[in-house]
Amino acid sequence: MNWEEIKSRAEAKWSALEEAPLHIRIGTPTCGRAAGALETLRIFRERLQREGLDVPLTEVGCMGLCFAEPLVIISKPESGFPPICYKNVRFDEAQKLINDFILGDDPCLEIALGTVELGQDDAPVIPELERFEIERRLVLKNCGWIDPEDIDHYIARGGYSALRDVLLGKDPEQVIAEIGQAGLRGRGGAGFLTSRKWASCRRQKSEPKYLICNADEGDPGAFMDRVVLESDPHSVIEGMIIAGYAIGAAKGFIYTRMEYPLVIERLQKALEQARAYGLLGEDIFGSGFSFDIEVIRGAGAFICGESTAMTYSIEGKRGMPRVRPPRSVERGLWGQPTVVNNVKTLALVTRIMEMGPDEFREIGTRSSPGTAVFALAGKVKQIGLCEVPMGTTLRQVIFEVGGGVPEGKEFKAVQIGGPAGGCVGEEALDLPVDFDSFRAAGAIMGSGGMIVLDNSNCMVETARFFLDFLSREDCGKCSFGRLGIKQLLMILEDITAGRGKEGDIELLEGLCEDLLQGCLCNLGRTAPNPVLTTLRYFRSEYEAHIRERRCPALVCRDLIAYFILPEKCEKGCDHCVLTCPTEAIVTDERTRKKRILQDKCVKCGTCLEVCPPEYSAVIKVSPPEKVKELESREA
Amino acid sequence: MSKEEVEAVEEVLESCPRERRHLIRILQAIQEKLGYLPEDALREVALFFGISPAEVYGVATFYNQFRFVPLGKFHIVVCMGTACHSMGGALVLDAFQRELGIKVGEVTPDRKYSLERVGCIGCCTQAPVVVVNGRIFPKMTPYKVEEVLAKLKAEDELGGDKEQG
Ligand SMILES: Cc1cc2nc3c(=O)[nH]c(=O)nc-3n(C[C@H](O)[C@H](O)[C@H](O)COP(=O)(O)O)c2cc1C
Ligand code: FES
Repeated sequence: MNWEEIKSRAEAKWSALEEAPLHIRIGTPTCGRAAGALETLRIFRERLQREGLDVPLTEVGCMGLCFAEPLVIISKPESGFPPICYKNVRFDEAQKLINDFILGDDPCLEIALGTVELGQDDAPVIPELERFEIERRLVLKNCGWIDPEDIDHYIARGGYSALRDVLLGKDPEQVIAEIGQAGLRGRGGAGFLTSRKWASCRRQKSEPKYLICNADEGDPGAFMDRVVLESDPHSVIEGMIIAGYAIGAAKGFIYTRMEYPLVIERLQKALEQARAYGLLGEDIFGSGFSFDIEVIRGAGAFICGESTAMTYSIEGKRGMPRVRPPRSVERGLWGQPTVVNNVKTLALVTRIMEMGPDEFREIGTRSSPGTAVFALAGKVKQIGLCEVPMGTTLRQVIFEVGGGVPEGKEFKAVQIGGPAGGCVGEEALDLPVDFDSFRAAGAIMGSGGMIVLDNSNCMVETARFFLDFLSREDCGKCSFGRLGIKQLLMILEDITAGRGKEGDIELLEGLCEDLLQGCLCNLGRTAPNPVLTTLRYFRSEYEAHIRERRCPALVCRDLIAYFILPEKCEKGCDHCVLTCPTEAIVTDERTRKKRILQDKCVKCGTCLEVCPPEYSAVIKVSPPEKVKELESREA
Repeated sequence: MSKEEVEAVEEVLESCPRERRHLIRILQAIQEKLGYLPEDALREVALFFGISPAEVYGVATFYNQFRFVPLGKFHIVVCMGTACHSMGGALVLDAFQRELGIKVGEVTPDRKYSLERVGCIGCCTQAPVVVVNGRIFPKMTPYKVEEVLAKLKAEDELGGDKEQG
């Protein structure tokens, strides 16, 4: 089949779906599956079969609206409605939709999230949601709208046409120039100019050259790259072929995490389909350029996200970073010139070739053109992914796109840039999101994970958590990393356990400075960030822990105690007594009220969790001695 | 190693090109089959590539994925990623440790349960999450830990380990 045939067949297949009297899309990415999407899919499939209805049912990826998963989109043109997107569709909702809308004509708007239309750049948007006024979806353009396991969907939406134009009409230098003109900076964290990296690799005389797509996404709390690869793998594959052509590589690798089985499965399928169409392999589009891609499964080491460590890992060795220079573009994989780019960087390469560098450059800010993809998680209402132009403020992202913190909670901080990023507080909310402003605020842009913390999160404990993570993941090569991170962690452990001393804060600050100076790679050099930013924005919390043995957020277990308020405790209710794992709750013979035996209590919080909301009798206090005060109050 | 284990290792080695770069892939394949990496298997792999057993062991111990003792029938993985931690993952992990009487990285004496922690499995929207033999339990709490264990126990008694994967 030649390209024209492939393309027209794909387009015919897509428009048949678009024009079908009924078409159901169900999102089944990993996050959707965790919410029960496969069950929803099964219900629809079985019920439609039972009704004898031959309705196309498409499994799609993630639209980023994870808070509403499982998501179902139903198109029924004759109803007069545009496609409607439904939220949290489980058993009851699925049956209702089939009974009332598919078999009947009630569109069940009460469980709808909104209608779907194709907006700017042909990306699906839900105009009823405020977030879409701010979002601009380039990387996420196809996510949640096409079947990621069907290359025809991608082609029908314009896919691989940019690659064809590049291979048949542009020389590699021109491609690099256009990426430079677009001002594209790498989305893997550091924001390095992609065109510069590519140009220096192209200049190298040594052959062969390699391209690596960094899909390691080790930052806990980040899931952007997973969503892109599960929902629209071809955008990344197309970007890789373009990049390979530009730098002069014939072989590419996608290095991804073993924790992402669905990514691996979908990538393998996508690569096979691309090969079958001649889009990968020998002499692509008859241009004389050959390129192929291999998927490498990581083995669970955060440090392998670092580019030099990653090349060693692909060689089958321990993934330990090495001193740079030489940089990977000079001596990378097997000592050959190698470019490492993030998943989103490569997806944006495809978009830039489609839309032209000038249009891309107009989005975002002068120094950081284009869009940024964020994964919003933690204490925020609309958990999920979003994509906004660079320069949007953090406040807009958290409150307008993410809907703010859930009722009854108060925003406290947002953690950005991965474990070695930083926690910034309220006063930094008006910061525009771009590479340079983040750095000024003491954090790093990182690859886009954003965890919102509220007043029930302790900032000292949060810093301890990140240092704990980093000390586990540190490769052990340089002594500042190996010992320095451990020392930071031990001081933080002391403070959170109530063993803090005067002078600890200063000691932390001094050590942080040493790590910044002395570490070999960026894991160690950025490890102080969680400590420095929490000290900068939440110093008083550290002081309360050290001086008063008090945890203001009521989190640090050694500094809190649980207490049952007798005036609220209901005599007849036994929830806490029955569920306490250590039998630490006793019932007073006379009053039938419950009391916690402090020396038996392991502070697991179960009593607080099971105490019925109408009583809310269980509280936490800090410091723990407060319990005595409360007890004597009764006496 | 048992006879089956020896055969499984041989099968993996036969299907793989003898290139040094495939070391990690081979270790992954062996672990997939056996559930862990027996010492003798590491020696076989070293022989296969013509490198020292120490080098194989060095690579295997560097990566978090590899284990050197067999897993329990139910392998419980508690996510301790940022999102799960901020939603109370540590309390959930504690509850498992307490209920099972083992620490992270250990296996119960009856080999029924093993416990591990992991840093983010990309399901942050359902935090805190626990994965048992590939099955995801969303929005966990210490209280739900008991429920999950009761469920696993019931499945065990029914002899149902079909979810194993
Ligand atoms: C400890 C550490 C972990 C990293 N993890 C990732 C990662 O998971 N994904 C990623 O794209 N880049 C990661 N990086 C950055 C990479 O080294 C590299 O800069 C990036 O992949 C380059 O791609 P870009 O130019 O497209 O941004 C990490 C860096 C360090 C120091
Ligand atoms: S932090 Fe647990 S799934 Fe991401």
